[in-house]
Amino acid sequence: MPVDIDVDHVARLARLALTPEEKERFRVQLGLILEHAEKVREVVAGDVSPTAHPVPRSNVFREDDPEPSLSNEEALAGAPQVEAGRFRVPRIVEQE
Amino acid sequence: MSEATGELCDRSAFELAALLRSREASASELVDSAYRRIAEVDDRLSAFLLLNEEDARNTAARVDDDLGRGVYSPAVAGIPLALKDVLCTKGIRTTAGSKILEPYIPPYSCTPWERLAASRSVLVGKTNCDEFAMGSSNENSAFRPVRNPWNLETVPGGSSGGSAAAVAAGEAVWALGTDTGGSVRQPAALCGVVGMKPTYGRISRYGLIAFASSLDHVATFTRDVRDAATLLSAIAGHDPRDATSLPEGPRDYTEGLEGGIRGLRIGVIEGWLEMDGVQPAVRDSVRAAIDRLERLGASVEPAELPHADYALSAYYLIAPAECSSNLARYDGVRYGYRSEDGEDVVQMNMRTRGEGFGDEVKRRIMLGTYSLSAGYYEAYYGQAQKVRTLVIRDYERAFERFDLLVSPTSPTTAFRLGEKSGDPLAMYLSDIFTIPSNLSGTPAISVPCGLAPDGLPVGFQIMGRLRDEATVLRVGRALEQDLGLILRPPLLDALAA
Repeated sequence: MPVDIDVDHVARLARLALTPEEKERFRVQLGLILEHAEKVREVVAGDVSPTAHPVPRSNVFREDDPEPSLSNEEALAGAPQVEAGRFRVPRIVEQE
Repeated sequence: MSEATGELCDRSAFELAALLRSREASASELVDSAYRRIAEVDDRLSAFLLLNEEDARNTAARVDDDLGRGVYSPAVAGIPLALKDVLCTKGIRTTAGSKILEPYIPPYSCTPWERLAASRSVLVGKTNCDEFAMGSSNENSAFRPVRNPWNLETVPGGSSGGSAAAVAAGEAVWALGTDTGGSVRQPAALCGVVGMKPTYGRISRYGLIAFASSLDHVATFTRDVRDAATLLSAIAGHDPRDATSLPEGPRDYTEGLEGGIRGLRIGVIEGWLEMDGVQPAVRDSVRAAIDRLERLGASVEPAELPHADYALSAYYLIAPAECSSNLARYDGVRYGYRSEDGEDVVQMNMRTRGEGFGDEVKRRIMLGTYSLSAGYYEAYYGQAQKVRTLVIRDYERAFERFDLLVSPTSPTTAFRLGEKSGDPLAMYLSDIFTIPSNLSGTPAISVPCGLAPDGLPVGFQIMGRLRDEATVLRVGRALEQDLGLILRPPLLDALAA
């Protein structure tokens, strides 16, 4: 059976503004894709350890030597809006 | 000097490097030849999103200068190269095929391009692709779909379809793409070129725009297997800027390439060959190639990967989960597109993403967000990661008996534009034979093995043990030499006429 998902909730979590048409389409399509993906739950794998990376490496460290990085100008060069050497965004906190 | 085989841009990099060294051709002539071809065909193919003409000509002139002074030039110097537009190139626009990155000019280069640029490789341009490398047909490019040079009504495959089409049509001599679930091998198969995905971590991912980090591989498109070995040698090797990069240094993968395959044990994934949905012409062509390998002295026996049936399902949980996390960075704040709407920062984020991402990307972000959300994580993502372990164990078990496993690369030849674009699940199935090697990180190559009766190329997949690119390349080379195919899309014959 297709999986029933709460599209509004997921879109909010994903920070995606969707049109009503998109919401309906994704609700149907994701339900079908998840139904297919449910197949993974058929596999009995209780004591199998999960794989996060195909060639596991741990504690990959380098020397803590400071190196030159991007300048302020380079880092801001692609920003949609800049002010005083910083990224400018619409207001974050409520106004009184 | 090139009357016999037409344009310079249709030759292999190996032949061209020899012509450069003997000074029978110049790098400037090579780059001219590539741009001439682009001018002739790219309005029909749309393989490129950006041409890097001035810069490419300058680099070619420097290579000619060096050669004129007798300075040693590496095997990649002066050879026209194309890069998929998910690989960052400093100062050169990089869009990932997405509106959200349409204005993006990276302040740094990816490691593979940095290495090739240092060897005076000539970057012809950036190639079209499915948005953020998500797709199997190139119809998900936010700009325009790529067409297959073998038949303009069909797709080149995806997501690296622009790179595949460019190499097939002689717009570049070789190219880089990325392979997360088959995105190099499948388009290579559909366009009749060689696509090689090495071991996970063999080529640095630094500067690759991330889709699914535990599955993403940089991979190569070339005219033949020898060129694949040469290009891999130029870009592989440890990179301290990628924590998942393999610790081994560079090596020469052309060494031992022509050693033959006598005594190698080859396992045929019979279950895949006989699966419903595999075109009879694909099955026949792959079986004929297997017979050739046997005649060349390899032993051939049936093999199986019992959990491969679950690999596709696991992939379509893991890849979207990693995608939803990786693509969280596109928020309209630091670079790329920003929606003008939005009273506050959250509204701005949501509208930027709603307007900037295309359909497939949104679908995968939604899927990944759902499967990682509270209450579902264990059932979906956690279980998919366990299935991934089982797929890896299948390979390990098979490689106790066999040196290599073989199969078709794709169940079908190139399909028509629009044929699968309305049905995400049907589209996902076109990667069914390539996805398992991404889950396991093991090397795999697609080598053309013939043309189907519909005139479209068929790809033969050779999969090897972790870190054993050398054997994969050796078998691919033996097969292509035995086949002796001359693959030339009809589009190019029409030009000559």
